[in-house]
Amino acid sequence: MPDPKTVADLKIGEAGEIAGFKDTKLSLKLLEMGCLPGSKVKMNSEAPFGDPISICIGGSHLSMRRAEAAIIIIK
Amino acid sequence: MKEKVVRIALIGNPNTGKTSLFNHLTGLNQKVGNFPGVTVDKVVGKCKLTKDTFAEIIDLPGTYSLYPKSLDEQVVFQSLSNPSSEDFPDLVILVLETVNLKRGLFLLTQVSDLGMPVVAVLNEMPVLQGHDIPEVDSELLATEMGVPVYRINARTGKGIPALKEGLLSKPHPNKVIFGRPKILESIIPAIRIRFRLDNDFLAVQYIHQFEHLPFLSNEDKQLIRTLIKQHGLDLDEIKALETLHRYEVINERIGSFISDPPHKENTLTDKIDSIITHKVWGYLIFLLVLFITFQAIFSLASYPMDLIDQGMSHAIGWIKSWMPPGPFTNLVTEGLIAGIGGVVMFIPQIALLFMFVSLLEESGYMARVMFIMDAVMRKVGLNGRSVVPLMSGVACAVPAIMSARTIDNWLDRAITIFVTPLMSCSARIPVYAILIALVVPSTSVLGLFNLQGVVLMGLYLLGFLAAVASAWVLSKILKQKGKSVFVMELPDYRVPRWQNVGISIVEKVKTFVFEAGKIIVAISIVLWFLASYGPGEHMEKASSYVAALPEMQGASEEELGKAINAYQLEHSYAGTFGKFIEPAIAPLGFDWKIGVALITSFAAREVFVGTMGTIYSIGADDENTQSLKERMQAEINPETGESRYTVAVAFSLMVFYAFALQCMSTVAVVYREMKSWVWPIAQVVYMSSLAYLSSLLVYQLFK
Repeated sequence: MPDPKTVADLKIGEAGEIAGFKDTKLSLKLLEMGCLPGSKVKMNSEAPFGDPISICIGGSHLSMRRAEAAIIIIK
Repeated sequence: MKEKVVRIALIGNPNTGKTSLFNHLTGLNQKVGNFPGVTVDKVVGKCKLTKDTFAEIIDLPGTYSLYPKSLDEQVVFQSLSNPSSEDFPDLVILVLETVNLKRGLFLLTQVSDLGMPVVAVLNEMPVLQGHDIPEVDSELLATEMGVPVYRINARTGKGIPALKEGLLSKPHPNKVIFGRPKILESIIPAIRIRFRLDNDFLAVQYIHQFEHLPFLSNEDKQLIRTLIKQHGLDLDEIKALETLHRYEVINERIGSFISDPPHKENTLTDKIDSIITHKVWGYLIFLLVLFITFQAIFSLASYPMDLIDQGMSHAIGWIKSWMPPGPFTNLVTEGLIAGIGGVVMFIPQIALLFMFVSLLEESGYMARVMFIMDAVMRKVGLNGRSVVPLMSGVACAVPAIMSARTIDNWLDRAITIFVTPLMSCSARIPVYAILIALVVPSTSVLGLFNLQGVVLMGLYLLGFLAAVASAWVLSKILKQKGKSVFVMELPDYRVPRWQNVGISIVEKVKTFVFEAGKIIVAISIVLWFLASYGPGEHMEKASSYVAALPEMQGASEEELGKAINAYQLEHSYAGTFGKFIEPAIAPLGFDWKIGVALITSFAAREVFVGTMGTIYSIGADDENTQSLKERMQAEINPETGESRYTVAVAFSLMVFYAFALQCMSTVAVVYREMKSWVWPIAQVVYMSSLAYLSSLLVYQLFK
């Protein structure tokens, strides 16, 4: 089975819909901050050196490391 | 304002205007204290409700959930969980804002399920441009969520009188949203009976958070641990399911009349971000911001500092003029007032630094600094969030170390705390200033910079590089436990609120004066004692002994007085200690007089200049830097016959002060923060060895 696509795979400006998480422990903070399955997420920008990244979700911008973005599965 | 009618806790997500509301409600009626057992600042204020009544309001740290991710977030549930604690609130004000309404409602449902009476406040957010703020029907929202909702504007104060009136009325009973998850049904009754809890969700919180609840005994904790093991519970999954369930309920209840705000492309925040987080411009702007901050701290603070210095010496002169001469007067003037002067002296710099830090936080820039610095900091084993402690370390390591609490990863936080005291704090400035003035000429470099300024900047850079290198080494030695999380919100840019900046400055200065100040004053009194008294009878017989010396025959009374003072200092406790360590510090180029200063500086390095002043001039009329500098210049090294303070000695001394952990307050705060003596002891040993070896190297290379 190929690895599912995650937020870390999005290019700047690309969007997707959250399908689930690869890691329950790390997902809690993301869930609490409103990264819920079914919500639309857009890659907004990258910091210099490509990491961390910022995404748009709901009405706000969240920054996270690529390693964290890579647990958010999208479809 | 006579009778306290209600105790209120203020809770909300970060960046909702919670602090603005708190400042509006309480003004300068605030007091900073500590929560029991933890060092998170507890800010409590009084809010006048009617002519005779007031509410006590506690401002709890901003959080997204009752499940804490960092140390300061732990306080939120702790203060809602213990009805016998003096901080236990009668009522919670939950601050919501319209753009991220659901996220705030999520926290609201958690707090409300604890059985806590909740009043919701819908804050109109000042957004520069770009968001269509969704219209929220607050009456419908109140009905659906089962709590009263007040619309306010925390900047202008609109709606606050109505909120205050509402605080006087009787709280509503709550609708339970997620009290008892099925999977925990089998163990909730046991927990409720054991701890006499009248609420299911409180029992759920005990199951998740028992490790962090200070009022539970070890037996209690073991009991819960066993229950969890017996039932094979995956707590992480249970929390994730609870979160999903709460959002579902929120969507069901308010989905019909509130829609998610559409994301607008290319807002002003996006445009600013494209420059501020740019590969090149981002770092240049950050450097410029740092440069302006330091320039302001040094140049602007020097005027009030000079005034304070003069004021203090006038005060000492005035008191000496009317108090009878004697040991008590000396204790008051040379010990107590000199010590207070040493505290007050730092107020301008601390106020300016926190003005800048607070402005950067209020405007939303600080989050961007963490964003662009994370990759760089991670390379050396730190974290984007380490930037604030390191930057604040330039003012004072004590608040800087406390600010590391926002770092949620234990090891990142420990390393940040370990290296922060290497940053050159403001207490080193007086030491650097006098030594640079002594050996570095005030010529210009490239027609632009002052050479003295360049050397000073070099010392700051040295501290920073040492901090970064130490962090890198430490991160290689210690293995990373657990994953480091860096999820954070990048708030929209907004115009800072001056009231918040002002209150933040006042609070930080108050904390410094009353926390660090106590220690500095105490040390300066001890120092005065050590320099004024000594073993044996040398001290009492000093005048007759010195007067009998052949070279003092025919000397003026003034010369005789000075010689007696110098003799007394040499034979005082301080002088005896200095002589004792002289063999150890001679390879660094230091004599026993510098040794005295080193010993006294181990309590607090800012006493260096004061000690030098004492050593070279006990009893002299004026103790200003200029004349101290002249006196130090005139000091002769008996072995070489040349000046004692050569370039090699001065630089060796500066490097020693740059690296040594000469600050009792820092040691104490590291112990409090890490809850173990291992860290502060390791820090003292490491930094002292680094200081000794670097000084040795500098002196041997340049002498």
